[in-house]
Amino acid sequence: MNNDLRSLKPGFYWLVKMAWRDGKASLKRLMLFMSSIILGIAALVAIQSFSKNLEENIALQSKNLMGADYTIHSKHLPTETAQKIIDSLGLSGFEVNFASMAAFSKSGKSKLVQVRGIGEEFPLYGTIVTKPKSAAKRYSSEKGALVDATLMLQYQLKPGDSVKIGAVSFPILGAVISAPGTSAISATVAPPVIIPYRFVQKTGLLQTGSRIKYNYYFKQAVGYDIEALEKAVDPILAAENAVFDSHISVSRRLGKRYNNFGRFLSLVAFIALLLGCVGIASSVHIYIKEKLRAIAVLKCLGATRKQTFSIFLIQITALGLIGGILGTSLGIFLQQIFPLFLQDFLPFSVDIAITPQPIIMGLLLGVFMSVLFALFPLLSTWYVSPLEVLRVQEHSRPKFKKAGVFLILVILAFLFFCSISLLKDWRYATAFVLTILLIFAILAGISLLFMKGIKQFFPASWSFTTRQSLLNLYRPNNQTMVLILAIGLGSFLISTLYFTKDILLAKTTIDGNKKNPNIILLDIQTNQKEEVAKSIKPFGLPVLANIPIVTMRIERIKGKTVNHLRLDTTATVKKWILNHEFRATFRADMIGSEKLASGVWKNEIPEDGAIPISLSDNVARDADVVVGDTLLFNVQSVLMKTYVASIRNVDWGRMQLNFSVVFPEGVLENAPQMHVITTNAPNEETSAQLQQELVAKFPNVSVIDLRQILSLVQGILDKITWVINFMVFFSILTGLIVLMGSIRTSKYQRVKESVLLRTLGAKSSQILKITALEYFYLGVLGGCIGIFLSLLSSQLLAWLVFDTPFVPSWVPFLVLLPSIIFIVLAIGLLNSRTVLNSSPLQVLRSEL
Amino acid sequence: MAKILNVHQLRKTYSSGLNQLTVLEDVTFTVDAGATFSIVGPSGSGKTTLLGLCAGLDDANGGKVELCGADLALLSEDERAVLRNKNIGFIFQDFQLLPTLSAIENVSVPLELQGVKNAASQARQLLQKVGLEKRLNHYPSQLSGGEQQRVALARAFSNKPRLLFADEPTGNLDEETGEKVIQLLFELNKESGTTLVIVTHDLDLAKRTQQILRLKGGKVLTNQKTDVL
Repeated sequence: MNNDLRSLKPGFYWLVKMAWRDGKASLKRLMLFMSSIILGIAALVAIQSFSKNLEENIALQSKNLMGADYTIHSKHLPTETAQKIIDSLGLSGFEVNFASMAAFSKSGKSKLVQVRGIGEEFPLYGTIVTKPKSAAKRYSSEKGALVDATLMLQYQLKPGDSVKIGAVSFPILGAVISAPGTSAISATVAPPVIIPYRFVQKTGLLQTGSRIKYNYYFKQAVGYDIEALEKAVDPILAAENAVFDSHISVSRRLGKRYNNFGRFLSLVAFIALLLGCVGIASSVHIYIKEKLRAIAVLKCLGATRKQTFSIFLIQITALGLIGGILGTSLGIFLQQIFPLFLQDFLPFSVDIAITPQPIIMGLLLGVFMSVLFALFPLLSTWYVSPLEVLRVQEHSRPKFKKAGVFLILVILAFLFFCSISLLKDWRYATAFVLTILLIFAILAGISLLFMKGIKQFFPASWSFTTRQSLLNLYRPNNQTMVLILAIGLGSFLISTLYFTKDILLAKTTIDGNKKNPNIILLDIQTNQKEEVAKSIKPFGLPVLANIPIVTMRIERIKGKTVNHLRLDTTATVKKWILNHEFRATFRADMIGSEKLASGVWKNEIPEDGAIPISLSDNVARDADVVVGDTLLFNVQSVLMKTYVASIRNVDWGRMQLNFSVVFPEGVLENAPQMHVITTNAPNEETSAQLQQELVAKFPNVSVIDLRQILSLVQGILDKITWVINFMVFFSILTGLIVLMGSIRTSKYQRVKESVLLRTLGAKSSQILKITALEYFYLGVLGGCIGIFLSLLSSQLLAWLVFDTPFVPSWVPFLVLLPSIIFIVLAIGLLNSRTVLNSSPLQVLRSEL
Repeated sequence: MAKILNVHQLRKTYSSGLNQLTVLEDVTFTVDAGATFSIVGPSGSGKTTLLGLCAGLDDANGGKVELCGADLALLSEDERAVLRNKNIGFIFQDFQLLPTLSAIENVSVPLELQGVKNAASQARQLLQKVGLEKRLNHYPSQLSGGEQQRVALARAFSNKPRLLFADEPTGNLDEETGEKVIQLLFELNKESGTTLVIVTHDLDLAKRTQQILRLKGGKVLTNQKTDVL
């Protein structure tokens, strides 16, 4: 007898052949499965690639802002050691800048400006933007000057007028709108006037005792390790009183603004992927369920468990790979066309490059997530008994508890590592995975309760169609659990995206109302403040704030004098703290841009002893002090003993005046002080008139017009908002399509029943009603639970992550929920269309 | 004569909640190699359950089944699958063709599982034998019931089985088609010397076999030889 029971090995080729044979006949159904992968991967690749491009563009922008890869600057001519370092690094550009009075021959007026003597090579990145454009190119060869645009407006200067700096008179060639090497606000405090470096010496202003800053700009080849260089030379330069600054630190400062957006985009990508996974799991679940009979037949004919399992595993893997390739291609295509749609909206020109990382990730993920999320339904093939060819063994099918638990753990690990790689924070990743798990459990629990509830309280007296539709929800072969999970999880993810988008955008929108200042008046003397305020009022403008500023220096830190600390090589206090002239203020309360980090905010005036002050976290860190430490301030020759009562986190990015040192009220009121008055001008015309009036009346007062900056920032935010909205709606679309796929797959569940009803004499309207009601229940239940849970999770996100109040939008309830119910209902009805339009036998032959 | 199937005191119960339902009890019989054998009985008598146990598709709760010399209780599920592939053929009442495979592919599967290289040409010959040479690439849904059962017959004989189990082979066919299929079944059986075990409630069909086992309520009523040679 031929009883060698180990020798049956048809080989891998046969498995592939079987997978292909079965697959080509099931192509229509498998397309639904593949569409989930394609869309999930496409969204991920597109968003990841675009985010990567965005990141690179931010880096480029930081170079443009700095005008170089890195700089070395010093307030003195470099020492011998510093000069050697500068020479060894291959100097590429040079600038010297200093404050000086500029005289405008046209009006005979003069103004303190920041003179920037710039070498011809500068900027190494970016351009000096002028009006007219050609001025930036001509000023060096034509020995001209470029004058700050606001200054030109204030003094009604025009190209062709002249400005005298020291001993040299320069023709004004144009207005500077922006120039690398300065940030907008510092530029406007002392408005810049750019002249060619070769004429600086002739001005006669470079004399000993002048406050001159020397900037050296460098450009390095791509791939040069600037951070390593910084690590090596920064301590040496610091000892020589020179400072190293790289575009990377600028990028970090700039990137902070984009951090949340980047994270959010990653979240969007991940959710799109998860939606894809939901699609895969639900479509494979139903697909495999239909295959169980065929698997039993194969086993009956002698195929082993491994062989039957492998056939479908190969099928899913191949589809995952094809889906991955198509999804990645679609993702790259979308990434390529983004700029075509976005070029008018983006705040910067995005150079789209195809980066290998998202492509590799897309391909690998296509295969990996297909297999992983299909494994759970695939596992059931392992346990199919060949006896099923004789009779359905629904109840006696053994459960794969151990393998199932193991698989769930692997899926959770996959989700966790994907979250970590996208969100870059293990706490967020853990919270995300736990939330998904919880949502899954809640949805599964509610489905079970729902089914049990209907069974228990079944309305036996209702009409046939209503009873039949309710029966469909819990009788064998029901799809309640699968569809509520798919619809619920889909609705949850989609609506969370929507709510989170709102939270994020609300946090970054600049309120354009009249309460926010857009004009800042600096350097107002105490005796001028009433007059200045009076001058503003005739223009119909409000005085929004009148902030006192007292300049001071630190004399002692924790009892040690600054001289002692300067000489102490072991001191951890940063040098700038010891030399810096602080501009402090006094007030009773904290303001919106501040958050208490440690200590207690105090506003009591001590009768004797130290004064409680509040420091910004960066100053506390650099001064190496904590709450309770003492600081002795020299307030214009009066020594004031203070202690750190509180430390604040300050959002320096906010468009308002922030202070690193804040005193309580009742201490500095009599100290010599300047004032800052803020107001809000509705338009450029009013702003120009106000500025001209103030310059004429109070020549010492500097005016900063924030409107340009504000509109620039608001413009950038508007554009980012647009990008975010686009990405979110792309993901929502992905979610809806995946949802449609999942429901479409359920078609095959109901066709046989509908045909039987048809055969028994059910009318089209009855079949339609039964189907419509069943899908309506599922749509309403899944959609409502999903959106309600997303409301809770968004509230938690607002509290714990974004630290901002959450006012839920009505859109998910009024638009999303009805849309989801409509889609579920429409596809459900579409599913029974074939049953209604053809004869029962025809349907059975073509569909089953 | 050598016994190809040896069933001894076979018992099968199902539990339904707290109740135990005994479907087969103390069933004992043997089948000679090359013989034709039928199992008859009314609905619910345990015919199909017995077939499933004899073919190693299910596990018994007591007793012993020796199939082709192998004690099924000692084999793993995969070993039973290999045993079936090498020695057993099946015909089912509802044909059980793989719906996504064409006729020729359905017939090829058992041969391919054995690693036979010219599986397709052997399958083609078998389909010619059952008169389906023009329907080779048709899918089951494109074939009539009789045609589907003929494909199932070709598939059942494709691996040259030593024992063929047929579960109500004409149950889904009209009388005329059923008769043609049965004739074909016996012809192929004679030609290949295969042992034939038919489960049926059709006494006329049972009488065409050499031995009839009558079941009622899960117990053997009679086990008689017929005068069929």
